[in-house]
Amino acid sequence: MTTDEQRSVAPAQAPTAEAAAGGTGAASPKIEVRDLDVYYGAFRAVKGVTMAVRPRSVTAVIGPSGCGKSTFLRTLNRMHELAPKARVEGTVLLDGANVYDPAVDPVRLRRYVGMVFQRPNPFPTMSIYDNVVAGIRLAGRSSRSELDGIVERSLRRAALWNEVKDKLREPGTSLSGGQQQRLCIARAIAVDPEVVLMDEPASALDPVATLRIEELIAELRTNYTIVIVTHNMQQAGRVSDETAFFTMDEDRAGYLVEFGPTREIFTNPREQLTEDYVSGRFG
Amino acid sequence: MTVLLDPRRLQSRRLSRLPDRAFVGGTGAVGAGIVALLVLILVLLATNSALTWQTFGLSFVTGTVWDPVAAVYGALPFIAGTIFSSAIAIVIAAPIGLLTAIFLAEYASRRIAVPLTFIIELLAAIPSVVIGLWGVFVLGPFLKVTVESFMVDAFGWIPIFRGPAFGIGLFAAGVILAIMILPTIVTISREILVAVPPAQREAMYGLGATRWEVISHVVVPIARSGIIGAIILGLGRALGETLAVTMVIGNGQDIPRSLFDQAQTLSSKIATSFNESEVGLQTSSLIALGLILLVITIVINVVARVFVGHATAAEAGLR
Repeated sequence: MTTDEQRSVAPAQAPTAEAAAGGTGAASPKIEVRDLDVYYGAFRAVKGVTMAVRPRSVTAVIGPSGCGKSTFLRTLNRMHELAPKARVEGTVLLDGANVYDPAVDPVRLRRYVGMVFQRPNPFPTMSIYDNVVAGIRLAGRSSRSELDGIVERSLRRAALWNEVKDKLREPGTSLSGGQQQRLCIARAIAVDPEVVLMDEPASALDPVATLRIEELIAELRTNYTIVIVTHNMQQAGRVSDETAFFTMDEDRAGYLVEFGPTREIFTNPREQLTEDYVSGRFG
Repeated sequence: MTVLLDPRRLQSRRLSRLPDRAFVGGTGAVGAGIVALLVLILVLLATNSALTWQTFGLSFVTGTVWDPVAAVYGALPFIAGTIFSSAIAIVIAAPIGLLTAIFLAEYASRRIAVPLTFIIELLAAIPSVVIGLWGVFVLGPFLKVTVESFMVDAFGWIPIFRGPAFGIGLFAAGVILAIMILPTIVTISREILVAVPPAQREAMYGLGATRWEVISHVVVPIARSGIIGAIILGLGRALGETLAVTMVIGNGQDIPRSLFDQAQTLSSKIATSFNESEVGLQTSSLIALGLILLVITIVINVVARVFVGHATAAEAGLR
């Protein structure tokens, strides 16, 4: 395990931060984005985003398709770099440290900023157990009992333990879609990240499975900072503390229209564009 | 008032279905013809080698002497030559092919991968006789003074590395075959690696994996059975390859004891002996060699198809 390194790179947040939230400036932001532009070659996909994500909160990113919300999410753990010719201008601070500093290794960054994807993607060649510890195994050798403990803890946190505890050796792909997505969440939190990014995690699931994922997000909030992209406004309303509304400009670049407490975005937005979107007039 | 649909409009019209039926019949016949051809070849090989099977029975397969003067025929030296030369080819070509495929699929930029893949496919287009000539005049002499003499000097006390090094022989044949099957292994493995869904790679990257960890923990395990299939298809090609092997394997009549012995494969034996063979037991025995070879390659190819089929089915289920 890399617990010591983990602390030095990203100091653990005080558990009381969340309790104190609601007051103003209760805690320094977990993630702070400043003047972020994202390019694919010459095309600017996202422009001028500035916002801050509070620790141990759920921040939703909503907006019409093509507004760059997924692209934006992927810049937070530098996953966008897997796309050819993708680059970023601006800063993303994780606990005050710029993740785009040349000294930062994106591989190490992703240990602390995990990700859950749109479609459940458990590793088909691995059992449920091996899926959960896939990230742990990358970090080095762990004893059997350590791994067992991590598997149980992660699956419990992902609200999947009771359903799979008797078949941990079966392939991850043998589960239903909703269970697979919870397995992917267990896999993401097994490495004990600081932040979990979720890219429309329930869009491929049926309403019942979606509800379970939403309940899970609400529980995970006590341990992790969550940023979730969703095209489902009701979902954003149900799960998030704060909401960022993105839309597309005339040059097809996505930008942040408004960012604030979810209740205000949905009931009393400052911007006309936000109002039009949340009331269903476009998008 | 609703207008009811006239039921006659739903009735089938025979004429409009005719092209469909003709097409099904026609394509079906062509397909059946190809199957019939394979069966016919098997039957012809069996009937034309019947004399050999009646004379020697299964001891033809285990016999080690091929002596037209004494009218004694045994296939084992050639079966051994076929299997050994193909095994050498696989041992050389499988790791090189897999690493090349991984490079092309995962590391090379498009500007390098596209022309390189094309060149590797071109390797398969070189006529066998040209590779054979190159083997006789370039590769054989080269192996003789480098790898072979080194191995004989250093490890000659181990029976399978015993000299002398001729340059022409089993080892040269294996190397030639490795070159010839490399395109098969590389192109099929590359396609299977490329087909591994991006979502699987992203999941591993998202956990903080390096590119090599993504390849070794996720991509290769998912592609594994397909890669095995690619290697077996290469093996199938190596077993049947004739001309280039005939030119470089020497003309040994015994079961090879050393890597550097001269040997003979089933196909090279047929190719070198058929012209001056007498009608009767000798010709019948050569045809029997052909039957053994065909059975071996069919079995190998069926096994390969099963592996590749499983791989593509597994990937299809993921998308």
